[in-house]
Amino acid sequence: MKGIYDEALSSFFRNIDTRSGGDGPDIYKGKICSLKARALLIDMEEGVVNEILQGPLRDVFDSKQLITDVSGSGNNWAVGHKVYGCQYRDDIVEKLRKNAEHCDCLQCFFIIHSMGGGTGSGLGTFVLNLLEDEFPEVYRFVTSVYPSGEDDVITSPYNSVLAMKELNEHADCVLPIENESLFDIVNKIHQMINSGKLGSTVKQNSLVTSSAGSAKSVQEKPFDAMNNIVANLLLNLTSSARFEGSLNMDLNEISMNLVPFPRLHYLVSSLTPLYTLADVNVPSRRLDQMFSDAFSRDHQLIQADPKHSLYLACALLVRGNVQVSDLRRNIERLKPSLHFVSWNQEGWKTGLCSVPPVGHSHSLLALANNTCVKPTFIELKDRFMKLYKKKAHLHHYLHVDGMEQSCFSEAMSSLSDLIEEYNELDATKGGPRTDPSRLKIAV
Amino acid sequence: MSIVTVQLGQCGNQIGREVFNTICSDARGAHGLCSKKENESYHDTCKERFFFEEESEVPVARAVLVDMEPKVIGQTLSMAARSGCWKYDGHSHFCQKQGSGNNWANGYSVHGPRHKEAIMNLVQKEAEKCDRLSGFFTIMSMAGGTGSGLGAFVTQCLRDAFPTSFILNHVIWPYGTGEVIVQNYNSVLTLSHLYQSSDALLVHENDVIHKICAQLMNIKQISFRDVNQVIAHQLGSVFQPTYAGEGGLLYSRNPLGDLMETLVPHPEFKMLGLRNIPQMPENSLAYSTFTWPGLIKHLRQMLIANAKMEEGIDWQVRPPRLGSSIPSGCSTNKPLHFNTSIANLVILRGKDVHSVDLGSFWDPSLYTSWLNPQDAFHAWKTPRAFNKYEKSASLVSNSQFLLKPLDNVVGKAWNMFASKAYIHQYTKYGIEEEDFLDSFTALEQVISSYTIL
Repeated sequence: MKGIYDEALSSFFRNIDTRSGGDGPDIYKGKICSLKARALLIDMEEGVVNEILQGPLRDVFDSKQLITDVSGSGNNWAVGHKVYGCQYRDDIVEKLRKNAEHCDCLQCFFIIHSMGGGTGSGLGTFVLNLLEDEFPEVYRFVTSVYPSGEDDVITSPYNSVLAMKELNEHADCVLPIENESLFDIVNKIHQMINSGKLGSTVKQNSLVTSSAGSAKSVQEKPFDAMNNIVANLLLNLTSSARFEGSLNMDLNEISMNLVPFPRLHYLVSSLTPLYTLADVNVPSRRLDQMFSDAFSRDHQLIQADPKHSLYLACALLVRGNVQVSDLRRNIERLKPSLHFVSWNQEGWKTGLCSVPPVGHSHSLLALANNTCVKPTFIELKDRFMKLYKKKAHLHHYLHVDGMEQSCFSEAMSSLSDLIEEYNELDATKGGPRTDPSRLKIAV
Repeated sequence: MSIVTVQLGQCGNQIGREVFNTICSDARGAHGLCSKKENESYHDTCKERFFFEEESEVPVARAVLVDMEPKVIGQTLSMAARSGCWKYDGHSHFCQKQGSGNNWANGYSVHGPRHKEAIMNLVQKEAEKCDRLSGFFTIMSMAGGTGSGLGAFVTQCLRDAFPTSFILNHVIWPYGTGEVIVQNYNSVLTLSHLYQSSDALLVHENDVIHKICAQLMNIKQISFRDVNQVIAHQLGSVFQPTYAGEGGLLYSRNPLGDLMETLVPHPEFKMLGLRNIPQMPENSLAYSTFTWPGLIKHLRQMLIANAKMEEGIDWQVRPPRLGSSIPSGCSTNKPLHFNTSIANLVILRGKDVHSVDLGSFWDPSLYTSWLNPQDAFHAWKTPRAFNKYEKSASLVSNSQFLLKPLDNVVGKAWNMFASKAYIHQYTKYGIEEEDFLDSFTALEQVISSYTIL
């Protein structure tokens, strides 16, 4: 029994008529025939992509959506960005165009990558640039996995800082993610399940709760469960665009409300309730507790401390049976413990989507533009400087055609400037509040 | 005469549907508490005003639905059709896919010009379906991008295309603690632009209606639908048929024209507030009785003391004494918190309306000095009860009601503007800092004018 292909599905998938051979025309309404993801998978190694093509999602991607190579980027941003960028540019543009043509109305690109390696970081930011050139009107949301301090890729600070410059200049919004936070969240879910408290009912053997990605197997395949959390982030982010609600919040609204100055577009995300798609039976919380949880560090996808830093803006996207009065009551309750910048004291953007996530009665995604990301960037800068001062591994980069020392110094200065912008805002925190005097009108 | 409603953005469409629902169910209702003839006359006038009658089909609302994303219009159309009592014209809507991103500049400078022709074609079609067009009623919120920005643009187009028709903008004032972070910018830009093309702005504040839902309607988990239903009730109480003068034999034909004539004597003063009493949960209605003197007394004090609802009225506020040798236009001797009016309109619906004594509203001390109370106060009545309320009294007031909210919004917007936050989002679409300054200047002027009443 196949389901119906509707607007919600159409945001992420095409529906192909496979009866007329491999690449039939798109079916815009009606029963699901064959779903194809609106996506491009790019990797300079084949292992990961091959695994996907052999797994349960193999029919969702076809060869026209893949760009792979064999040797990888050697954890070298320059190889990813300059060498492969140049080599695959035309192929990437062509495939992007094909994908875009199949869209009625293309609103947003999601770029998902890591900062510390070579391909995701280097080729990924090359693609980001490309998207701006080829599709300037389309929003670019980037989900970036930042390396932790104990990252075993020695050159990850170089790769990350070089990538940061690109994110500063070409991304509309960045959602930084840290593996440490994801790991902690998965462990927390594991504990909740093992403590025996059961939540809402989802069938054990349903497609949603297939054994892949279960927190139970957290020791064997930690990344699957951790990645599931990020997937939930993207689901919740787009829920209001896909489903109806009394106060819709589209992706372009997120960018509009959460980015007061062009480069300050790094958003701290937190999700509640916490669950992986395989373990939806986590106990559900009272509604108000859900709001409190969203402001707890346990629920954040990066290690940061927004409560002790300055909020520039905050968005709350609620799903499920939650009404405007619930939203307002909780904002009033939580507001006093948060510091908002003087020119945005009531800086809340809210959205109400009627459809909750599978297996839950409600959920909340909080996105904060907060100066608490500054320490993360400062740490990155410090790790970069440690290597750069000694010129460690620099030659691997400078060997690459098109790569010069100035690339490093420019990237460094871009990061420093960003940190400085956050510093200036932090300096206003807690200071005396003098509102600017109003215009005087001649009577 | 007919009114064409233009529903703009999510808010405009959600409210619009509730308004037509309320009007339709009131007109069909058997709670008119009046003669059959009266009821029929009311029903017919209401029909002509808001609906287009097709043979053997449900009445079709005289409305154009506009939104830059499809979900809300889709819902609005289907919910109306499901009611079984009325529906929208299946072709009378325009939508896009992208939305306006809460960006006034996007709504005004990009979507506006791009879709002007398509939207105005729909409006023209609706206008032509009217035997006689009284004017346009647009519903929009100030906080978002479509209702506010595209709404301001469409209002301008309406003014250009229909120079002799009346335009009343129904504007929703967002919650003070944001729904949208840039709502104060969007509000300032909307209000300043509307002021140029609109005849009057009828305002509902979300915070106020929310309080009514909580304290008067006893709703526990208040939804936007609850808020919208209260707003629809209040609007219905103004727009359903009434008799204009004493001893009138026919229902007024030109509600918008009459409204403008009575309430907007000067183009500098276009901000209208609305109060409606009583307001209570439907299941309490049967157990409550009201007297006209009681309702009138409350309504008058709500006017003077600027009370937003029937609870918590400050009875200490009194009108200033007249007859002292104070030069006209000097506001210093007016007691604090006293709400000075330019013009007021009271609308009474229900049993024994003709016996009501409205003398207290003719008190000259309520009004600014440059208008005679005879010209400043009007009353419309009908014995036909409204929306299951045995007696219902509304006040549409051109007074200092909205001075404080306006001042607040301008203040917050100015504060943000001084830091230049979010300005790049607007300049991207062609709204420059000078445009902001023009809007601020225009609104400071309005604030100043209302302050020195």
